[in-house]
Amino acid sequence: MKQAAPAILVGLGTLCLLSGSYYGLFVAPPERYMGDVQRIMYIHVPTAWNALLALTWAFISALVYLVRGGRAWDARLEAGIEVGVILTALLCALGAIWARPTWGVWWDWDPRLTTSAVLLVGFVGILALRHFVDDPARRATWTAVGTVVMYIDVPIVYLSVKWWNTLHQMQSTPETVATTFHWPLRVNAFGVLILMVGLLIARARIAEARLREELTDPEDESAGASNLVPGRVL
Amino acid sequence: MQLTAVVRKDVLLQWRSPGQRVAILAFGVTVLLLLSFAAGPNTGALRPLASGFLWLALLLSSTLALADSFQTEMEQHALEGLLLLPVSARAIYYGKALANWCQLLVLALLLVPCAVVLYDVTITRVLALSGVLVLGTAGLSAPGTLYAAMAEQAKAKQVLLPLLLFPLVVPVLLASVKATALLVTGDPMRQVGSWAALLASFDLVYWSLCGLLFNRVVEH
Repeated sequence: MKQAAPAILVGLGTLCLLSGSYYGLFVAPPERYMGDVQRIMYIHVPTAWNALLALTWAFISALVYLVRGGRAWDARLEAGIEVGVILTALLCALGAIWARPTWGVWWDWDPRLTTSAVLLVGFVGILALRHFVDDPARRATWTAVGTVVMYIDVPIVYLSVKWWNTLHQMQSTPETVATTFHWPLRVNAFGVLILMVGLLIARARIAEARLREELTDPEDESAGASNLVPGRVL
Repeated sequence: MQLTAVVRKDVLLQWRSPGQRVAILAFGVTVLLLLSFAAGPNTGALRPLASGFLWLALLLSSTLALADSFQTEMEQHALEGLLLLPVSARAIYYGKALANWCQLLVLALLLVPCAVVLYDVTITRVLALSGVLVLGTAGLSAPGTLYAAMAEQAKAKQVLLPLLLFPLVVPVLLASVKATALLVTGDPMRQVGSWAALLASFDLVYWSLCGLLFNRVVEH
């Protein structure tokens, strides 16, 4: 059961996402002003919430690693950053696709958009740092330090860009949208959440397996890790 | 006491490698010159962009200065020797960060006249502008010193420092550019104060946070 947990969660999350998106695409009415374009909200908003959640998880893992240490927390940290980066990249792409027909531009320098982009490049930088450090203990500590330093920057970036320029519409939450839009939004939010938790667990296991391999067989780490990984995921 | 010794050591090191300092300054001036090519030769169009160009040139050359401050420590394992001395890692960090801050401030003070000449801006509020330069360079040097310590010990060090530092200092860049532009072009709404406050809070957060985390970065 414990072994299969990520697969079950990913399956369940996908199911939620499929049903929520079906409802959002075919059942819920189009929005009065934006029309069908608005339907992207059903995936965009859940992605935004969960991207922030994944990076917050990375931040918590980083703090725990810095205080207590332990390989497991380093693995969770790596998983949190990677899943967070993928969700943030998706978020920026979805936002751009929505912005083009609605605002008439692909990109706008509004606080939320700009902060997401800064977050994305910031955490990609930390992943790069991880890649360029060979010593596992040092790599773990530096990743944790980088994550803490970057995460604390988020509210400051947001505030500075907000003062600099502002246009984004009000945040969409079930309270700010009409009741007919609630269900697809809620179901998809849980769908992405469950999917994300499944991915976090799976990714942390891969990270741990790789680390174990690296520590036992320093001579041939790349071949060993790639042999070990598929078995752990499935 | 330990702190002043580290500051003295780092400033002395900088002082004794004048070639390196001149090269960094020359790089900054080159960037200032190149940026104007992106906007065209019209002075009227360049003037509003001057503060942005100034801070970009400063940011780009700051990575050279910051990387340089740890490169010398990596030669012949100087950093390890330094850590073996009865001096706290925190003193080493603050000493280096202060020395880097001084260096960046001098660099900024030298780049401002170049920007004045190239972009035809008039500076009336010299004291306020110096304050913004002090706060802005402090914001670059605190996280920059921490990240330089990591990047210099990693592979692919040339790309790592800017990749880590640039996203982090977005608030510094925004606030410094905005404050400088307001000081140069006029500030009818009296907004410079709030940008300076933003810079000061960033400095406060990162000067304390990076000092706390530095010993974890250099430990073995």
